[in-house]
Amino acid sequence: MPRGQIVAGCLAPHPPHLVYAENPEQNEPRSEGGWEQLRWGYERLRESLSKIDHDVLVILSPHWQTYVGTHFLGLDNFKGKSVDPVFPNLFRYTYDLDIDVELSQAIAKEAMEEYNLPCKMMENPDFRVDYGTIVTSHLVNPVFDKPLVVISSNRSRHYYSVEVMQEMMISLGKATKSAIEKSGKKAVILASNSLSHRHFTTESDIPEDMSKEHITSHAMHLWDMRMIDHMVNGRAKDILNEMPEFTEQSIAESDGGGFSWLLSALDEPEYPAILHGYGTIIGTGNAIVEWPAYKHGGVADE
Amino acid sequence: MSEIVGSYIVPVHPHPLLVPGQNEGWTKLRSAFDLARDRIAASEADLLIIYSTTWPSIIGHQIQADPNPVWNLVDHDFHDLGTMEYDFKIDSDFAAAWNECNKERGLQSRTINYHGFPIDVGSVVANKLLNPDNRIPAVMVSSNVYANRAETTVLAKACKDALKKTGKKAVAVCAMSLSNRMFTDFVQPEDDRIHSLKDDEWNKKVLEFLGDGRLEDVAQLSRTIQNQIRVKKVVAFKPMWWLSAMNDNRNNLTGEVLAYEALHGAGGAVVHLDPASNGSGDKEYDEDDVEIFGGERNVLDQDTEDENPVVKNPENSGHGPKLWDATTNEGSVNSTSAPKPVGAYPHARQVGNLLYLSGVGPRQPGDNSIPGGPIHDKDGNPLDYDIKAQTHAVVNNVKRILEEAGLSMANVVDVTSFLVDMDRDFKGYNEVWADTFGKFGPCRTTLQITALPTPIAVEMKVIAELE
Repeated sequence: MPRGQIVAGCLAPHPPHLVYAENPEQNEPRSEGGWEQLRWGYERLRESLSKIDHDVLVILSPHWQTYVGTHFLGLDNFKGKSVDPVFPNLFRYTYDLDIDVELSQAIAKEAMEEYNLPCKMMENPDFRVDYGTIVTSHLVNPVFDKPLVVISSNRSRHYYSVEVMQEMMISLGKATKSAIEKSGKKAVILASNSLSHRHFTTESDIPEDMSKEHITSHAMHLWDMRMIDHMVNGRAKDILNEMPEFTEQSIAESDGGGFSWLLSALDEPEYPAILHGYGTIIGTGNAIVEWPAYKHGGVADE
Repeated sequence: MSEIVGSYIVPVHPHPLLVPGQNEGWTKLRSAFDLARDRIAASEADLLIIYSTTWPSIIGHQIQADPNPVWNLVDHDFHDLGTMEYDFKIDSDFAAAWNECNKERGLQSRTINYHGFPIDVGSVVANKLLNPDNRIPAVMVSSNVYANRAETTVLAKACKDALKKTGKKAVAVCAMSLSNRMFTDFVQPEDDRIHSLKDDEWNKKVLEFLGDGRLEDVAQLSRTIQNQIRVKKVVAFKPMWWLSAMNDNRNNLTGEVLAYEALHGAGGAVVHLDPASNGSGDKEYDEDDVEIFGGERNVLDQDTEDENPVVKNPENSGHGPKLWDATTNEGSVNSTSAPKPVGAYPHARQVGNLLYLSGVGPRQPGDNSIPGGPIHDKDGNPLDYDIKAQTHAVVNNVKRILEEAGLSMANVVDVTSFLVDMDRDFKGYNEVWADTFGKFGPCRTTLQITALPTPIAVEMKVIAELE
């Protein structure tokens, strides 16, 4: 069996607003568009990923929040309806997801046995998949023709600190990389989180009114630009070093661990990432970023 | 008699619902839930109001209004314990009434009525165990992650407004943990215990207070409790603020701890607080009382996340003129519950059988905040503001001054109103008038003026007749 590979890693945030703005048939509410900068960014990401051969998408979502260990979806398929508890007016989406249970189990086993991380497979068929996973899946692969591995976000940052969270997520990233390599599969890994994450606390009468959209604070903008500068100049180590300050000061969604996990699984890349788009959603900062790992030791059909 | 006929604190974890027999402590919690259920059934309650910490909201406050939500819930952590099927009866009319009362008190609020909306685990466990078979309709409200004590208190006051308007009697329920630190690894049911001795000791102290009916004391200790025994998850230890305000911030309730046990390391308790006085003296409410929410939620300073002031003091920020003590000449009527004057004059003065009020604006006593927000910032840049919230605040201030003189709104005979922007604000002002002064029928004159001394949009000059 050939050695598996992470062929690309992406920062792929999950604001439901982007699905709402697109009016796909799976989502009940209708919109007049909006947030085009980010939606165009996702178009560019999809175009880029379409040129890379891959078998599976591996997602870590900050909206499947677990406090007791890291959990993995463990059944072949999940169907249902996802309603965003914060923005139910925007996102009521009928989903049908296939899961690569074999790879999910392999990553969990690697994490438990090699890195001593508590892990559990989620095998209750009534489980409702979190909306972060669904939104990122839809925006990256709207035809849902690739199976997923879905990993919960362990909230160790809340129990301990960003530093402890990051140590655990670096271990989980290594376990993910190792399990994918052993599997012989080609994987795209996705951290489903925004950057700075202080929301507005009010909403426009027309949610897609773009005259109302901007970053919540200048400090958040400065932090986001600093992180993007690190990404596009291949400075993953600097991002990890600054993660505690970034997470605390910009109330970043990196608190869920996805960003640290992503950079660890990509082996702390020193090559430039591709920035496909940046924009704000209800005051939060969102970047769509791709690390084309296949060009740096991976495989792809171009 | 109070609108609240009983209050309960219950844990949010699914164990007492799904697997009570797996652990002796979970069995005791289930028995306590059953006892609370029987007491609620025997009460005069028309409504079960559930405030749950496992339903966080960001855009203001959300109130469940689907009359019959039906779905399956599986816990994110404890999915292997099974599925919680629910089929609830919600009082959607009350939800709508509460939503309107929230808005009248300056809160961002909306009702939720969407098929498949994910009702949170705390609300599901509470309603299924306390109110099986939907004996009485329920209403559920979110816990806003940014709300501090002032905003959470106003949420409770708005709920009580709605209870008064609808004439209903309710049981108030807080679904919450005490200490909330769970074990971060998987443990067998028989090995469950409170995560640390420190957490256990704090929990017992909190329960000692609650057992003594000292709910307001626990509310005042909320920030300390949050710092001592709470992992900083999404929602802080704020339900006690809501529950205390629902009980008029009392310290002499009749409390009873029905059970206290560990739930995967967290502290879970079932507590009953009866509104009947326990016979001890009540204590003074030691924080500024807030009637209307007028601030922004600021979470950028994480160190004070749990107690951020939601209102800015214009006096302290140099925004607006200096405040004065009210003058006290013969016939003066002054109220400590009305905002301080901006000059040397009384709140009101009696001449013959008439009471003349000085111009009354919307500023709040104590913190000097402006419900609905100021009309401009300290540099004079215009700001968006809510004229209805400002007008409500003016009316409430007028009421307080009248009450100080032993009068009520019914005594008012003439009002002169001043608006700084007639085109923008007349409609909203007029709607509030109709709901307040309009019911008593005083004469009214409304004028547009260039400015008022503080950054407010409306002021009223009132004359009342003594009885």
